[in-house]
Amino acid sequence: MDKTKETYVLKMDNIAKEYYGNRVLKGVKLHIRPGEIHALMGENGAGKSTLMNILFGMPVIHSTGGFEGTVEVNGEPVQIDTPLKAMEMGIGMVHQEFMLIPGFTVTENIKVGREISTPNLASRLFGRSMESLDFKQMRRDARKALKTIGLQIEEYVKIAGLPVGYMQFIEIARELDKTGIRILVFDEPTAVLTESEAERLLEAMRVISSQGIAIIFITHRLDEVMAVADSMTILRDGEFVARKEIKDTNVVEIAELMIGRKMEKLVDDGIPDTRTIKDDDIAISLRNYKVDMPGEKVTGIDLDIRKGEIFGIGGLAGQGKLGIPNGIMGLYKAEGQVKINGQTLNLDKLGDALDHKVAFVSEDRRGVGLLLDESIEQNIIFSAMQTNGKFLKKFAWINLYDAAAAQKHAEEMVKTLDIRCTGIRQPAGALSGGNQQKVCLARALTLEPDVLFVSEPTRGIDIGAKKLVLEYLAKLNREQGMTVVIVSSELMELRSVSDRIAIISDGKLACILKPDDSDAAFGLAMSGAWKGGQENA
Amino acid sequence: MRNPFKPLIAKFGLPRVIIVSFFLFLVAAAGGFHMNLMQLLSDCLRRWGMFGILALAMVPAVQCGIGLNFGISMGIVGGLLGGLIVIQLQIAQKPALVAIHPLFAMWVAILVAILIGVALATVIGYLYGQLLNRVKGSEMTVTTYVGFSIIAFMNMWWMLLPFSDGELIWPNAGKGLRNTISLASSYSNVMNKTLAFNIGNLTIPTGLLLFFFFMCFLVWLFMRSKTGIAMSAAGANPMFAKAAGINVNKMRLIGTTLSTVLAAVGILVYAQGFGFMQLYNGPMMMGFTSVAAVLIGGASPKRARIPHVLIGTFLFQGILALGLPVANQFIPESNLSEVARLIISNGIIIYALSQVKGGNGRE
Repeated sequence: MDKTKETYVLKMDNIAKEYYGNRVLKGVKLHIRPGEIHALMGENGAGKSTLMNILFGMPVIHSTGGFEGTVEVNGEPVQIDTPLKAMEMGIGMVHQEFMLIPGFTVTENIKVGREISTPNLASRLFGRSMESLDFKQMRRDARKALKTIGLQIEEYVKIAGLPVGYMQFIEIARELDKTGIRILVFDEPTAVLTESEAERLLEAMRVISSQGIAIIFITHRLDEVMAVADSMTILRDGEFVARKEIKDTNVVEIAELMIGRKMEKLVDDGIPDTRTIKDDDIAISLRNYKVDMPGEKVTGIDLDIRKGEIFGIGGLAGQGKLGIPNGIMGLYKAEGQVKINGQTLNLDKLGDALDHKVAFVSEDRRGVGLLLDESIEQNIIFSAMQTNGKFLKKFAWINLYDAAAAQKHAEEMVKTLDIRCTGIRQPAGALSGGNQQKVCLARALTLEPDVLFVSEPTRGIDIGAKKLVLEYLAKLNREQGMTVVIVSSELMELRSVSDRIAIISDGKLACILKPDDSDAAFGLAMSGAWKGGQENA
Repeated sequence: MRNPFKPLIAKFGLPRVIIVSFFLFLVAAAGGFHMNLMQLLSDCLRRWGMFGILALAMVPAVQCGIGLNFGISMGIVGGLLGGLIVIQLQIAQKPALVAIHPLFAMWVAILVAILIGVALATVIGYLYGQLLNRVKGSEMTVTTYVGFSIIAFMNMWWMLLPFSDGELIWPNAGKGLRNTISLASSYSNVMNKTLAFNIGNLTIPTGLLLFFFFMCFLVWLFMRSKTGIAMSAAGANPMFAKAAGINVNKMRLIGTTLSTVLAAVGILVYAQGFGFMQLYNGPMMMGFTSVAAVLIGGASPKRARIPHVLIGTFLFQGILALGLPVANQFIPESNLSEVARLIISNGIIIYALSQVKGGNGRE
């Protein structure tokens, strides 16, 4: 492309950013032409949010040491160090979580902070903050903005009680109402919308861009990108992968670009695989399984996990993969039929999964996984004590804590899993992420489960601990025949240990893949291009 | 500049360092004024045993996750009713019991009072726990007002309940229960006197302290039982407990009930040591003194242990016991001691509440 002919409304070049020594952006560029819809794509953690935070001059960037690289708006280099500056430059954002005040009317929400006012007696005495509001003019402006995006709604209605789809449009109307808006960022706008609402949103985006406003469209959904975008930038692991014109590319290529990476062996195959996995020997069967977990809704899944296999569950954040184990363990309201080794699980009875010999290592280590102030010993033996009545001794009529047995077991676990600590009395909260994870794992194993759910086993832990945890899971599976279900956002890690991988998209099963299936297959499944639950053999 | 005492102070807690210094200062001052130090220390010990169980009531409440239970007046009311019933039945004067030993009759009286109090407090505590399970996140505010409300509510009932014993109702055939009821004819000082002995001028109320330690032992035992550990986990991290299949609401109910029951026992032990039962607005601020005591001992709204109760009650009551006579030496005829009590008890509550890290309560 000839750079001299092209004019860009926004040019970000060689952007690099470090958070506490962790490089999250490595020389990324983003070029946007006026009036185009530009899709910004990448997996979770690819660096999209960080890039947008830089564009908006968010405090989180500048309080952690700023960033490297240059930003040009309309061909002029600029320093955006506060969100206010970004606003002045005509950069607007439609948030994923609505930033609206429920008790205010549509007009007030659109105009809040930028009210139109006229002087009166009080304001002459006490200053501008006492001026009267020009509601007529404000309503006219609100109407105009609403009309632009084609939303049929009275501007005097209160926000509270409006459907979610409307709120999104009001957010957009507010951004449009700002004078001189040049770039509008949509951060996964369709994630919370129904299909018809999403359709209308895409239509509104086209209208907005036709007025010369450039749109940066962050989304995971490939079909939407193909439908509205003019061009796209793909990020992967903080690196710039490609900038493509939509007309020059296709779904398969985009999917490949998003996922594509060399397969790294995370696990040494030192252990002989003597397992026999039969298709009719089912450890866990889910039928029409639904979980109401905020942000990770499962909306109806049929799935069979065979006894003795390592089963991976992948998918993007917020698509519902985490809801699956949390629902089974009774942490969130679940319905449908769940069978463990052929026995139906009572989903309304707390702890029923534990009684069926299912153990769970939570993705939320600090929130759910650990008693941070309690000792490692307490953390390891707690569940087994409560569920199986282990580490207790009778004293008169009460079951008392058997400190000696607990200590012995905890010490054994610390040794087997190589938990680095000053001793089993150390509070779990004082350990590093990787060691905390091992404590969680130790607790689950103390339950001596048939089925082990491990959710995000390697989140926030270093590569060495990662390898050890994954290898240990593989070892448990090979040597003890434990059925292991790994739920993870890291596709690479799933592909390195699992026998089969289910991809969850939109709360439903997109498909079940083999670890050596093509990158494109994984990419397409994760981007919601495949619906229904076919097994890809 | 490095201060070698810094880590030590951090571990012990600055407020405790100040309180201990203040306590030592009072002891020194009392010595300086040539007061009867031994008698003052006897008073400390007596008050330690008297107030201890009320402070102990905070342990299950804090550990099960409802936080500091300002509403122990719920249990106090149950205990007071037990005490009233025993006086009405004149158990301490039953000839058959007195014949064995007068002290034995008094012990029977207070134990029956405790039994009735515990039974009533169990029912009250269960209902109270149900209420607290419905107001998660603002328990401390709610307990404060529930505590005040029950006092006001019982103010009506103290007038209406059909007690008829002359010791209980207003004299001259009046109606309603008295404000302050003497226990001289029932179980006044029964624990204090049991096995009490003197070392010089220092009186050791052995029975009282043994009973207090025994209650502490029972609670300690419970906290080490399967249910007790589950309860602590439910209080520390409800989601963690839930993941281990523990019914968090049930655990909170157990903790609240236990706290209420301990309060019922506590008020009877307090009353026997004091020699009087106080009705109407008497127990209004009991919750605050108990909370302050356990906080001084090093507890937080998230964590309270038996040593916190032992240390805290001793320091808090010790300062009150020494404070009044010493203050009177400084400024005769003043109520400086009362002012000091208010400053210490309310100050320490504010300090502790300001230490709570918000935003991690989730379920």
